[in-house]
Amino acid sequence: MTAGNETSKRLAMIGLYGVLIPMGLLTLIPFLWLLTASLKSGDTFFTGLFLPHSEDGSINWGGLTLSNFIRLFTEQGVGRAILNSLFLSSATAVLATLSCAAGGFALARYQFRGRAFLTGLVLVALIIPAPLLLAPGYQWIYRLGLLDTYTALILPAIAPAFGVFLFRQAARQSVPAELVEAARIDGCPEPAIFMVVGLPLLRPMVGAFLLITFLGTWNNFLTPQILLQSSERFPLAVAIAQLRGVYSTEYGLIMAGTLVSIAPVMILFLVLQREFIAGLTAGAVKG
Amino acid sequence: MSKPSDAPKNSGRLLATITPYALVAPFVLVFVVFVAYPLMLSLVLSTRQTFGPDTSAFVGFDNFAFLLSDPLFWTAVRNTLVFTAGSVFIQLPLALGLALLLNTRMLKGRALFRLVFFSPQLVGLVFVGILASVVFEKRVGLLNVGLDVMLAPFGGFDLDFPWMERFVMPAVILAALWMYIGFNMVYFLAALQSVDRSLTEASMIDGAGPVQRFFAVTLPAIAPVAGFVTLLSVVGSLQLFELPYLMLGGAGPENRGLTIVMYLFQWGFEQGDLGYASAVGWVLAIMLVACAAVYRQLLVRGERA
Repeated sequence: MTAGNETSKRLAMIGLYGVLIPMGLLTLIPFLWLLTASLKSGDTFFTGLFLPHSEDGSINWGGLTLSNFIRLFTEQGVGRAILNSLFLSSATAVLATLSCAAGGFALARYQFRGRAFLTGLVLVALIIPAPLLLAPGYQWIYRLGLLDTYTALILPAIAPAFGVFLFRQAARQSVPAELVEAARIDGCPEPAIFMVVGLPLLRPMVGAFLLITFLGTWNNFLTPQILLQSSERFPLAVAIAQLRGVYSTEYGLIMAGTLVSIAPVMILFLVLQREFIAGLTAGAVKG
Repeated sequence: MSKPSDAPKNSGRLLATITPYALVAPFVLVFVVFVAYPLMLSLVLSTRQTFGPDTSAFVGFDNFAFLLSDPLFWTAVRNTLVFTAGSVFIQLPLALGLALLLNTRMLKGRALFRLVFFSPQLVGLVFVGILASVVFEKRVGLLNVGLDVMLAPFGGFDLDFPWMERFVMPAVILAALWMYIGFNMVYFLAALQSVDRSLTEASMIDGAGPVQRFFAVTLPAIAPVAGFVTLLSVVGSLQLFELPYLMLGGAGPENRGLTIVMYLFQWGFEQGDLGYASAVGWVLAIMLVACAAVYRQLLVRGERA
């Protein structure tokens, strides 16, 4: 390899990092700003881009305060909204994962009458856009007397076609039909085969789908906004959106509320990021 | 092992027959009760004018006729299409570019870069909307203050620059760019990593430059994923609602942030006309199905070629 080639390679690498590092910083700056903005309140909010500044331009460390967070939990009842979000997201994630895994496993590894029809139904359900169901869904939930209940939020979300489809693909790939047959011959009771053979082999998809559903429910705004009426039942998404409307100029308070809402999922993701990204791309690239 | 008697054998066979149905039952039940039935209800509703959930009157196709003649609906369509164009023609090429950079073989810290670019995706539309509503705020927002600090040597930036009054859709596109670029990049990166190395190397031996190589080898190889990502992007963009709704606290000045789903939301849940909102839903559904059909056609043609 010639020296010129070596130099041009080094230049290319410098150019590469020269683009990627500034882009990365640009991506992270809103997070940093969110953090510092949530620690400023009232007058100090208007001083300094990140940290509060004094009149003479030096950093005013005393301007940093936790008062926004204290107000969120004492006067705004955000603790309640966090618990609501945790409950809704966990319940939906666990139930949806179980029923999607069961459905997908059955469609992939059982021969039964109606299988082709049900598989077709899943594919049709995949293309029905959510906004189409908003108005009739509201009408129906109203007639069922379920307005302002968690049942109305959880029940329709426990078996999304998207999940059944993902698990069907995963089961076809990673649950060998011979293994199902072997378990049957070994005397494993039929209803237990899904639990004993299916779920363990589907574990990577179970992890990814739990996360996707948890995150999706945590960040869902429109359905709870429409179906819930009592503020003590509001999840974070609705509660913080309302805070934005009511305290429109208390930026520090709003940013603190946003930070509190996104911190739990960010932490969850940092811990489990491998499973998460694998799950997200599995459906697209392999499907 | 003892010889099993006939009774458990029969019940075992029955169990084996029932089990698959029991396993798909949750999906079927939820589908029938919360998808199929509301879907039929939606057809009925779209021919009625309603006043809240209890009172309604039959109006035939008037909802659709009014919809097509309502200039506000066309404003919503135009804004939604502007956003969709921004997603497809600005965001996706940038995401692909980022993925190409991250796919460089010598790059160190790929996982860290991927994590950084992906992280805004976790924030969720509502919270990105709320965060952006303050970021684009005059005088206090990150964007104007940040630009003012950066451009200080050149006389600074107008702190009162009215993003949310005059540049509503560009601001929404920018917020969506921050949020989704890493998400799309992850798809492109996964596709790039599965491109056959021997093909790229063969084209290098043949003397193809990086640009030629991209168009001759890489792009055809990732075309299926690129098509899928484009479909996801278009379908998602056409359903835009939370981002502008929370950034602007509604449709914004002169309805510049009004989208199709926001129009549906306003009619259904602010005016209480669930019938009209259903009609809007059907028009949107037809647009989405048309996009999916175009995608299928392209897919079929791609497979034949």
